[in-house]
Amino acid sequence: MRATRVEEAQSDTAPPGPTGSTGPSGPSNSAGPGKNRGRDDVALPALGFAGSLRFAWTQLTSMRTALMLLLLLAVAAVPGSLFPQRPAGPEIVDQYLEENPVQGEWLDRFQMFDVYSSVWFSAIYILLFVSLIGCVFPRAVKHAKDLRSAPPRTPRRLSRLPEYGKVVLEPRGPSPAEAVAEAARILKKRGYRTQIRQEPDGGASVGAERGYIREIGNLLFHFSLIGVLAFMAVGGLLSYSGQKIIVEGEGFANTLVAYDSFTPGSAFSEDRLAPFSMTLDGFEAEFDRESETHYGQPLDFTAHMTVQDGTDGEPRQQELKVNHPFDIGGTRVYLVGNGYAPEVTVRDGNGDIAFEGPVVAQVQDQLYTSLMVIKAPDAQPDQLGFVGFFLPSAYTGEDGVAVSVDPELYNPELNLNSYYGDLGLDSGEPQNVYVLDTDELSELNNRNLEAGGITLQPGESYDLPEGKGSISFDGVQRYVGLDIHYDPGKWGVGFFSVLALVSLVVSLFVRRRRAWVRGAAGPDGSTMVEYGLLARGEDFGLREENVSLRRQFEKSWPVVAPEAENSPTPASTPASSTASTTPNRPE
Amino acid sequence: MPSINLQLASYSDLFMLIAALVYAVAFIVFAIDLSTSSRTIRTLEAELAAEEAAGAETGAETRSEAEARREQLVGAGVVGSEKKAGQGTTAAPGSRRKGAGGADGDQAAGHGVDLVDDDMAYLGTTRRPAANVAVALTVIGMLLHAFAVIARGVAAHRVPWGNMYEFCTTGALLVAAVYLLFLIRKDIRFLGTFVTGLVVVMMAAATMGFPTPIAHLQPALQSPWIVIHVSIAVLASALFTLTFAMGVLQLIQHRREARMRAGGDSRPAFMRLVPSALSLENWSYRINAVGFVMWTFTLIAGAIWAEAAWGRYWGWDTKEVWTFVIWVVYAGYLHARATRGWTGDRAAWLSIIGFACLVFNFTIVNTYFPGLHSYAGIPE
Repeated sequence: MRATRVEEAQSDTAPPGPTGSTGPSGPSNSAGPGKNRGRDDVALPALGFAGSLRFAWTQLTSMRTALMLLLLLAVAAVPGSLFPQRPAGPEIVDQYLEENPVQGEWLDRFQMFDVYSSVWFSAIYILLFVSLIGCVFPRAVKHAKDLRSAPPRTPRRLSRLPEYGKVVLEPRGPSPAEAVAEAARILKKRGYRTQIRQEPDGGASVGAERGYIREIGNLLFHFSLIGVLAFMAVGGLLSYSGQKIIVEGEGFANTLVAYDSFTPGSAFSEDRLAPFSMTLDGFEAEFDRESETHYGQPLDFTAHMTVQDGTDGEPRQQELKVNHPFDIGGTRVYLVGNGYAPEVTVRDGNGDIAFEGPVVAQVQDQLYTSLMVIKAPDAQPDQLGFVGFFLPSAYTGEDGVAVSVDPELYNPELNLNSYYGDLGLDSGEPQNVYVLDTDELSELNNRNLEAGGITLQPGESYDLPEGKGSISFDGVQRYVGLDIHYDPGKWGVGFFSVLALVSLVVSLFVRRRRAWVRGAAGPDGSTMVEYGLLARGEDFGLREENVSLRRQFEKSWPVVAPEAENSPTPASTPASSTASTTPNRPE
Repeated sequence: MPSINLQLASYSDLFMLIAALVYAVAFIVFAIDLSTSSRTIRTLEAELAAEEAAGAETGAETRSEAEARREQLVGAGVVGSEKKAGQGTTAAPGSRRKGAGGADGDQAAGHGVDLVDDDMAYLGTTRRPAANVAVALTVIGMLLHAFAVIARGVAAHRVPWGNMYEFCTTGALLVAAVYLLFLIRKDIRFLGTFVTGLVVVMMAAATMGFPTPIAHLQPALQSPWIVIHVSIAVLASALFTLTFAMGVLQLIQHRREARMRAGGDSRPAFMRLVPSALSLENWSYRINAVGFVMWTFTLIAGAIWAEAAWGRYWGWDTKEVWTFVIWVVYAGYLHARATRGWTGDRAAWLSIIGFACLVFNFTIVNTYFPGLHSYAGIPE
């Protein structure tokens, strides 16, 4: 029973149903119908512990289980597209949990926010791969044997094979043995492995098989999938990825503290970080200025960087574009975002500078309406906080609300509300720099207040009410969002994916078939050549093979024309040999 | 970046609409063909039945004529034995279609007319003028459509599959083109209603559901991979569309064959024009195998592009999830073909489910699921 799936996968003219009725009856058919039949009426055998284990293993490695696991895998992958996933964005999951506390808790219990690392998803694919190994390994052993052994024995009645033909040679033609030798030569030329045998009745036959590579392709495909999985695991161990925002003129050195966020692999250690540094010299964005329908759509982003390999490497200029990362010692740097960083100076109630420099503003839409949060914890006597929007091309409508109308800096403007009080930073709890917690703050400026909101153009200053300080808008810089990735496993994954693709093509489109040719002396002494063909696995070209073999035979030998032939035997040709080439299957 | 040729783009839009209309007419004519053909068959059957009553020989002659024609197609080599087998005796009709259950309607009924061939070769036993007109219309529609798609690409100086409208129209073009290519060698006119119907739906979805004015590609899509990854994805989708149609027909045909074996009627009559369920299954398997290889390629090319664009080859983005699901479903389909009890109907269902996932991936995932592949370009 152990090799059940092997037989199914290899069984001649799959689907394997009716081999008993139309397939060859000889022992050459390794997928004997008797063996296959046993699997439908499996009952738990009383074989004790070892026996049960063996039974479970047989079940697990059966094709049906593999198919079930495959379909289960497809279903199990779906929830990952329905619910937010932690690896993609933990903050979205937190938000979901906040909005759906009851449902969310249950979903979280079933790992619906970590589907692809969940127990149940892992269980399915690990079982699938165990089943795959259990199926493929014995098949590989068997095929290795097949590769070394001669083509199967010639069946007694070739006319029983799915494709069958017969030619009668003229008396001046070759003898049966000569004809068979010639046939073997022809088959060899067509890619068959051949073996000539003497028949007991004095004739000869040749057994031939081709397309061994089909099974090799099939095995290689499955092994490649294991390779892909293995190297994905390697990547999971050794990889790291991180994000960093750099404002024009600023730099980054590849150290753990320099990252804004960082995701290490399970076996990561800090000394694995390739030493390099880079500086953003400038950033250019190009927008569509011709289209009426897509006016202002981004066309091109280019970051000009200076990159230094190691600590004492030669600095070099490097252009960075979307879809075109650059590579430093196996670490790749990607341009994934960009935006504006308005430069502001905040002075506190004492007139001292409490904050100075560019503030990264989060882009909210295609028009680069950007969310600004400024925190000045050093301000005295009260800490100051600002929240509002930066608009690259501000336009104030009739309702008094300013909006951005273009992504470029045609009319930059800051629209801020201000607060004073306790920013909550002193407690030491980490805070999101893009969110201002206003619970403990008092409002100073707002459109709804008497003081109004703060509206600043570059170069302008504003004095906060109640002498709390001032803010000035000094200018605008651009920033880029970079992803930095290192994954040594990806090359292995790539190699095995391509290998899987190539071997898949081989396993699906190379035809594996067997052919037998028998030469015998006919009743009148002339040579009679019979031949039969059998497909192993899906093969829709068996009939064409029959036709071209016959043509070759007719070219090589003086064949008696079928019409002139008086032999009564062809009428007994079984139905299956003349009908279409499709494999038969009981309905 | 070179300017967009708006003049050409507007021609493209116009021709797209004309092509959609031509396809719609072709669809109607294909439907007429199905209904009239089944009427023709009935008349033919009645005549034959009458003749058969008069002399049993007639039927056999008609059949062997058809057979002779077929043999010419297959090749002269095996003619000898086949003709002998055919001329043999009364066992002959069954022999043409071994094991195909009810041996298809016409033969089970004892009439010798070959309407369809399990190899889907052209037989020429029945005249189907409506079908020929429909094919001609599909060709015209396809040419207009091809112009529209190419013009769109030329006008924008890039490949014409940068958003859902373009993906859908290019996909529809490939469905039509692949279908017509198959038609050269194989008589799959019976699929015409389905295929043109699907093409019309795709064209309507594109032009009415998500019309998108022509534009340059955004930076994220400016990569040579868009040519490789998306084109093979469209081609694979076109193949899966064909096998979906064949799968549906296979299910109908299978039920019809079972009914007829039980002695029931042979309705729906138009299914007489469709090959046996087994033949449909084998052909959709062959096409699905090619489609699966292409889908695997799409997956790998997509992963390489993702690595170049986002820094990781696989991240379980919603689109990636569904591409994976589709891949697994069709992998299951291929395995089902080698699993006892899973061939036939169940395999057809898997193929249909795979196509449903494909449609879902293209429509719902693109429009409603947030993800990195949000390039649908649908105006809000």
